[in-house]
Amino acid sequence: MQSKRLEERANTWSPGFWAAFGGCGAVLVLGVPILNLLVPPNSAAAIPDYLVPLLGKYVCYALLALSLDLIWGYAGILSLGHGAFFALGGYCMGMYLMRQIGARGVYGNPLLPDFMVFLDWKELPWFWWGFDHFAWAAAMIVLVPGLLALVFGWLAFRSRVTGVYLSIITQAMTYALMLAFFRNDMGFGGNNGMTDYKDILGWDVHQPSTRLGLYLASVAALGLGYLVCRFITSSKLGRVLLALRDAESRVRFLGYSVTHAKLLVFTVSAVLAGIAGALYVPQVGIINPSEFSPGNSIEIAIWVSVGGRGTLSGAIVGAVLVNLAKTWLTGVAAETWLFVLGGLFVLTTLVFPHGIIGLFRQARSARPRRAAPVAAAEEQA
Amino acid sequence: MNTPRLPAEPLLYLNGVTVSFDGFRALNSLSLIVEEGELRTIIGPNGAGKTTMMDVVTGKTRPDAGEVFFRRGTDLSRLDESEIANLGIGRKFQRPTVFENLTVFENLELSLADNRAIWRTLFARLTPYRRDRIGSVLARIGLSEQGGTPAGSLSHGQKQWLEIGMLLIHDRTLLLLDEPVAGMTDRETEETAELILDLAKDRTIVVVEHDMAFVRSLGAKVTVLHEGAVLAEGSLDHVQNDPRVIEVYLGR
Repeated sequence: MQSKRLEERANTWSPGFWAAFGGCGAVLVLGVPILNLLVPPNSAAAIPDYLVPLLGKYVCYALLALSLDLIWGYAGILSLGHGAFFALGGYCMGMYLMRQIGARGVYGNPLLPDFMVFLDWKELPWFWWGFDHFAWAAAMIVLVPGLLALVFGWLAFRSRVTGVYLSIITQAMTYALMLAFFRNDMGFGGNNGMTDYKDILGWDVHQPSTRLGLYLASVAALGLGYLVCRFITSSKLGRVLLALRDAESRVRFLGYSVTHAKLLVFTVSAVLAGIAGALYVPQVGIINPSEFSPGNSIEIAIWVSVGGRGTLSGAIVGAVLVNLAKTWLTGVAAETWLFVLGGLFVLTTLVFPHGIIGLFRQARSARPRRAAPVAAAEEQA
Repeated sequence: MNTPRLPAEPLLYLNGVTVSFDGFRALNSLSLIVEEGELRTIIGPNGAGKTTMMDVVTGKTRPDAGEVFFRRGTDLSRLDESEIANLGIGRKFQRPTVFENLTVFENLELSLADNRAIWRTLFARLTPYRRDRIGSVLARIGLSEQGGTPAGSLSHGQKQWLEIGMLLIHDRTLLLLDEPVAGMTDRETEETAELILDLAKDRTIVVVEHDMAFVRSLGAKVTVLHEGAVLAEGSLDHVQNDPRVIEVYLGR
């Protein structure tokens, strides 16, 4: 009786939501392996092996978009350097994969990756220690982006850097990292980055079954990431975030620490982005400094705004649709892609500010209300 | 000189507070004592330093010189806004600032006296007791029907009331109200005066106001600020008869 919003809040973890979540999950988890393995390859519905890593890449992008939406859509923090956290997670995974190559490299050095032998290095730098163990690499995938976000966020939010100024310094951060990673003597392979991976956890990365496994791991990460974001945005913290997005100083006078609130979601978001990057690297087979380029980070913001910022499902939809369009268009007319991307951004900003999901909701609320528990559950997202 | 008598328990104590903005002295060695349980109105012409005084007390502005103490020995000039708020000092702004994208109910929920640690908010649950508390405040500020509406669609007067409700629901020791009846109709102004008198029974309230009829209806001790310092203090009749006050403020 109190409000529609309260009912929706009660619906956050309702059976209707779980049905929708489980349904989408089942399509992604079961659909792709069935179409890949069981359907005859010459059938129109079959998913050929080479498409599986591409789908996995989209899923990683969706997780990355989700991470940006958490801070931009809900807390009003527009990070235009989120690609940096993605790339750092990717580099941590890349380092693990390089160590797995072992003596199978071109130079056959059992300890040093090829690019170090080429640079005539004699020892493994200290920051490469431990990366031959997956557990260590996995810990770094979470810790490196998380700690950078914690330190960077603490400095920025404590000094009350907001709005466009924050966006600018996040761009500067990712640009600075890109320049640093381009240097050969940083010890991360310079502008060539790291590639020629052989296996992950003992499985050959080129095997279709490994790629299917990586795709499924990405879907699992996306599902978990979605649940984490939904938990945060539907909690009281979610309301604090919405409140500070609209009237930051007022939240301070209520006694909430705006710095802590922003820092928490910023760090969680960076960790999600790092995990996305780590899953991305073995599927595309390379990581290099161009992942840090400012343009990449801006593109993430476009995915989110096209899908619908402030709606978790919108971030996922936007990332997948824009990247599908990119894959298709760069094949047909590559030179037009940047114009289309820019046009999309202008269009969403001017014509449909709530993105694709916003358009759907508008269309639905225009029709007479029906009792649809699944729809009500999605609404909260 | 108007020396205030030494109070038994000063709740708020400002001594020699000076704040300058680009050479302009918004507060010029301001000294002020508010006692526990007092209702105080502060008046003064534009630029007298009323809002700056509130900014200093709530931590928005740091004083260049002087002391600001809350209770005995809590130095407010060293704390930030959220720490000061958690001491029990609440503020209502000149322009009503409610969270427009949250519902009226949610606005009150965020204002509940509760642990404000951010990680706690992640796991906070709305207990039936708190729900009832929100319900009773909604009734008291006359917004029971609007619980589920986004605060952004309330009328101006309703927003002011919601903001008072947000202060009310958190059992604050000291309320600072910056022009609480600005933009209200006469009827709303009367109701607000009643509400403030009711609230003043069990807390300390400082009201900054321009509306003389409203100040009179509160019937409280008045402090007149002028050029960042206290010009006169006493009952409204007393200060209205003060020749200096007449000259700088009421005579205009």
